[in-house]
Amino acid sequence: MSLGKWIGKKYPVNVIIGMVITGVMLLLIVMSFFYTPYDITKMDSASKLAAPSLCHLMGCDNFGRDIFSRVLKGMQNTFVIALLTVIIGTTGGVLIGAFTGFFGGWLDEVLMRIIDVVFAFPSILLALVFVSIFGTGRYNVVAALGVAFIPSFARIVRGEFIKYREMDYVKSARLAGVGRPRIIFVHILPNTFPVLTSSVMIGFNNAVLAEAGMSYLGIGVQPPDASLGSMLSESQTYLFSAPWYAVFPGLMIILLVLGFSLLADGIKANA
Amino acid sequence: MARRGKNVLFVSMLLTLTIALGGCAGDKEAKGSDQIAQSQTTAAAGTENSGTEKESAAQETEAVADSHITIGIPQDLDSLVPSLSQGAGTQEILFNIYEGLIKPDSDGNLVPAVASDYTMSEDGLTYTFTLRDGIQFHNGNPVTVADVKYSIDTCAGLNGGEPVISAFSNIESVETPDDKTVIITLKESSSSFLAILATVEAAVVPADVADLQNNPVGTGPYKFVSRSLQENVILERFDAYWGEPAHIKDITLKVIADADSIVMNLEGGAVDLVARVSTAQAAELSDSFEVIEGTMNLVQAVYLNNQVAPFDNEKVRQALCYAVNKQEILDFVSDGKGTPVGSSMFPAFGKYYIEELNDTYSTDIEKAKALLAEAGYADGFSFTMKVPSNYQQHIDTAQVVAEQLKQIGVTANIELIEWETWLSDVYQGRDFEATLVGVDASTLTAGAMLSRFRSDAHNNFINYDNADFDAAYANALAAEAASDDEKATQYYKECETILADTAANVYIQDMCELVAVRKGFGGYTFYPLYIQDFSKLYLTD
Repeated sequence: MSLGKWIGKKYPVNVIIGMVITGVMLLLIVMSFFYTPYDITKMDSASKLAAPSLCHLMGCDNFGRDIFSRVLKGMQNTFVIALLTVIIGTTGGVLIGAFTGFFGGWLDEVLMRIIDVVFAFPSILLALVFVSIFGTGRYNVVAALGVAFIPSFARIVRGEFIKYREMDYVKSARLAGVGRPRIIFVHILPNTFPVLTSSVMIGFNNAVLAEAGMSYLGIGVQPPDASLGSMLSESQTYLFSAPWYAVFPGLMIILLVLGFSLLADGIKANA
Repeated sequence: MARRGKNVLFVSMLLTLTIALGGCAGDKEAKGSDQIAQSQTTAAAGTENSGTEKESAAQETEAVADSHITIGIPQDLDSLVPSLSQGAGTQEILFNIYEGLIKPDSDGNLVPAVASDYTMSEDGLTYTFTLRDGIQFHNGNPVTVADVKYSIDTCAGLNGGEPVISAFSNIESVETPDDKTVIITLKESSSSFLAILATVEAAVVPADVADLQNNPVGTGPYKFVSRSLQENVILERFDAYWGEPAHIKDITLKVIADADSIVMNLEGGAVDLVARVSTAQAAELSDSFEVIEGTMNLVQAVYLNNQVAPFDNEKVRQALCYAVNKQEILDFVSDGKGTPVGSSMFPAFGKYYIEELNDTYSTDIEKAKALLAEAGYADGFSFTMKVPSNYQQHIDTAQVVAEQLKQIGVTANIELIEWETWLSDVYQGRDFEATLVGVDASTLTAGAMLSRFRSDAHNNFINYDNADFDAAYANALAAEAASDDEKATQYYKECETILADTAANVYIQDMCELVAVRKGFGGYTFYPLYIQDFSKLYLTD
């Protein structure tokens, strides 16, 4: 079977592109855990703001640090923070959504009104409030963004649970005497996965952007460690004299987000 | 279709975020420079700036009849009433409109202004000022002793109300025995009284103009014309000025709150001069600008909390000093510009400054390691260095310092904090291990830099506790009270030496100040205080 046929049949082209981009990005991120071409904090006065070359693929920053190495580490930091954020958001959201959706009643009312209130604020604003209370640093950012992401997941899961709890198979299971936790987690939850997966991917993208935003404002990853957002922030002073400093971290954010959103599209279409 | 819509949504989200964040950064930078303005006094040693060099040339240049300059300022003026002005960024501008009885010159000396002469009594309690002949306000009215008395009484709270300048609560009375003489009597003698009298807050204002905020009238070389809030302030040369008249006739001060747009404003021709640009901004400027270099007049250092382990150990502090390479920091952060310092004193202080202290610790990694081993930290240690997040140059310096300390096995974890948090936690709460900031002086008195290191000083935020220092400082004060300036200077120098020898802090530098001036203008003059003197600017062709 030719490649073209396979692409057309099994997956649309945009999903294939998404897979390739995401695959390459993940490969780079995995690599960054074990290897970067240079030490990411190693300064070299001889190569301050050096242009991209074979020695420094993406050039050097104002301290003569290798931008490629810092972009790799920055991607890793951004990715890990986004991943943890989504894990917190999803776990919290699934638990709250499942219980409120399944049981309904006054608990549902109270929790959903609280969620409504939280939802009314943009998540980055909530995270800023959280950080201003508990201080800066990457784990606070993870916690802040994670909590801020719970409402959107909770709503989606709740909707699904309300839909499924009235279904005949659930009613039969109840009549057969299956326990409620088992119904929630074994009988209903797997059915929400298609919807949940694509919202997780969208959530992941939002988390990448939010982390970049937080670090851009100087409240995420602390220097001299790198994140894509903090690199963008530092680079803007040198936009004219060393454009590569801003271009590469920016490009990586775009690729990371683009790859995931193309993938998310594919998953949604298949579901 | 729906799918494509989603993609478009993401791309547009990304763009929106980029734009939104760009906006945030502007605010951040602007806020930063505002705070710098409030927390630092600025300018250079009068001896080594290009401004003074050209001064003689300038004096020969005739005041050009129709000349104009636009100057970019980082924030609008907070008040046009000198006694109510707060930000250093406001006062440095008001310096051109208002004058006190005396005022600082570009070397930091106090020279007569509204007063033509003054004398101090033996006991230092009575100051007698003679009013300058024929001096007038911008509205054409002559300055009278009643105006002087009114101005000082207002600042001292003698007209009723709280003293506007807290140090003026020391004023017992202001008397005007005849129409040329003003006598100020103090409750206690004070070595800093004249320095405070020379600040723009204590300027002489007319007693009969009620609404100075909308109708500012002073005696300075420039008079106020108009103002458009958050946009600009327009000044015009005061032709009846008592002293050397200003060269340029019209000045427009344009508020550029967004630091990122400074370069664009300069290149686009919207402004001709901006003080305190960063080295990065200076590097972006084209050939049509000249960048003049001075110093910021502060001591940038890693300030160590001398009471928390391991910094309570002198050997550890010295080890850090040996590990840090100041010249390398300057090379990385400001292209080698700036003046390395070795104690809490910067070059503009002249007689108090000891250049040799800079060599107390020349970089020596082996020695640093040995000292750490002696102190029981052979394997190094790690600590948190708090850095105010609004000031990029401190953040940059902190990163270089952290990298240098790695060589002796010491890990410095940088924590960026808001300026307000820095003030409350670090400066007031003293809850920190180390912090990298610049400490400045509000007046050119040695005490402004050194008094904070007395063990019982309220602003001794590093918890420095050294009996020798306390003794030397007390001696200096005693010598000053006895008007023995030479001896006082000697004791102050001893204080500085003790700070350096005991490695109270890891001293780094007096940072460079860069001023971008369009070619065709000259005469920018640095002051050792936070002052911008527009009257010395002139056209070169």
